[in-house]
Amino acid sequence: MDTKIPPKPVSRRKFLESAATLTAAMVLPGVMGCTTENIDEFLQKHFVELSPAELEKVVKRMQKQNEKKYGKAGSIDATPAIPGVLFGYGLDISRCIGCRRCVHACVKENNQSRDPDIQWIRVLEFNKESGIDFAEADPYYCTTASLHDKEASHHLGEKKEGEAHGKAAPVAVPSADAPMKLSPVQKSILENPDSQYPLYQVDANKVPASDPACKVPRPGHFYVPVACQQCENPPCVKVCPVKATWKDPDGIVVIDYNWCIGCRYCMAACPYGARHFNWTEPKLPAEDFNPDTHYLGNRPRPRGVVEKCTFCIQRTRKGQYPACVEICPVGARKFGNLLDPASEIRQIMERKRVLILKNELNTKPKFFYFYGTAT
Amino acid sequence: MLINPLVFVFIALLSCNAQQATAADDAGFSPDDVQTPLAPLSAGIFPCSNCHSGMPVNMKRRQLKDEHTGIVFEHDPAHRWCMDCHNPSNRDKLRLASGALVDFSKSYLLCGQCHGPTFRDWKSGIHGKRTGMWNGKKRYYLCVHCHNPHSPKVKQLVPFPAPQPPKGEPSFLGGTK
Repeated sequence: MDTKIPPKPVSRRKFLESAATLTAAMVLPGVMGCTTENIDEFLQKHFVELSPAELEKVVKRMQKQNEKKYGKAGSIDATPAIPGVLFGYGLDISRCIGCRRCVHACVKENNQSRDPDIQWIRVLEFNKESGIDFAEADPYYCTTASLHDKEASHHLGEKKEGEAHGKAAPVAVPSADAPMKLSPVQKSILENPDSQYPLYQVDANKVPASDPACKVPRPGHFYVPVACQQCENPPCVKVCPVKATWKDPDGIVVIDYNWCIGCRYCMAACPYGARHFNWTEPKLPAEDFNPDTHYLGNRPRPRGVVEKCTFCIQRTRKGQYPACVEICPVGARKFGNLLDPASEIRQIMERKRVLILKNELNTKPKFFYFYGTAT
Repeated sequence: MLINPLVFVFIALLSCNAQQATAADDAGFSPDDVQTPLAPLSAGIFPCSNCHSGMPVNMKRRQLKDEHTGIVFEHDPAHRWCMDCHNPSNRDKLRLASGALVDFSKSYLLCGQCHGPTFRDWKSGIHGKRTGMWNGKKRYYLCVHCHNPHSPKVKQLVPFPAPQPPKGEPSFLGGTK
């Protein structure tokens, strides 16, 4: 019995496979409106796996998108961590006045969505009586729409009473109707003309606006701005199911926005509320687009990804201070290399008592709060 | 004869240590590095000698009525007055307690006479503001850039807008619907 089955020209499996591929190739672009660009984007590798040539191609594609959206290609650099550098941040709680200049400088520098507004820094107001108690924290102080308005007027009233009783009133605290008496020079410093990043223009139509009668620091309160703490042991990195977020050698926790699937596990894991999700297409007016960007930092984000503070990676990896440090009118924000004993941050750690938020969670933040007035 | 060189070595070591201590104290600071914008003087007021050079020096402590009336003096007024810091004979300079004259651009030396710990913190970058490069050239802000020397307490400001609160009514769980 010598039966010989002649080989089939095309196996059934092969035929079905190629037919499916062909159909998909023909139908999908039509259905999903895919261009080759979209397909490239979809098939793009993880940032750390991109070869220099591939990265260049990806960056070119993104610049083209920027050009279309904002009228400027901008630069998207991928400067790696500087060897021998571990970034650390210091914030002087005794000096911070809660003016929120940092919040808005950050928004401007880092191309955050203006509507809905995404802010990487959240300035929390605490009562001096209760200390750092997150249950008592108020991020909405000095807004006309604030639920705490009553409390604000209560405190202002309290102050006036104090003056009437002849208590030592703080010097030159202006009343609500009298403008602040500042020399033109002081004014210019507070408005910070030297900063490369002019102040975020406050839109009067933006609700809620600041209550002009409410001035900070409000008596009896102190302020703790909270952003990403750049943990050495970051819980957000541990939970990411696709490794879209990781800690770079200089200690900055970064996100590859093209690899992020938007599951928001990291947001749930972060004990500091530092991560923010783009629920809708972020709105960034073309005139507000900051064209100096970093791939892992402030390049415009798509809808459906998580973003966070990166210590202004696009600035700090080139040696500049972060935007929030540049803007702070009271010099409460400090930044430097933790591995350099002469750096500002190391000097602070050696001479001042520093504290980290939620120490008990063993996240090991590289963001240190301190009291500059205490030795 | 044999002891003397040892003593010298010992003294040399001691002085070395002393030098190291000061170096650590001023880590990252050298006065030549101070890249400040000019001292914040009111427009058109400097040099002071424009007016003061021909004027007799009145060392009497008094309320100024003709000039400099805008100055509110709230810097320990019970114990200080103009001539503690301004030099009577050459008004373009400031005068330290030692009698040494310093330029307005080096006014931090004057402030540091009383505010020692703050001066030390400023030199190492803990107090005050620096902009520029964290690993290179910095612009140091002088004490007087933030503190009016005549009324040094930092003034209150109107804050920038707060974040938008989450939309919706508060739910019984504490969040929003």
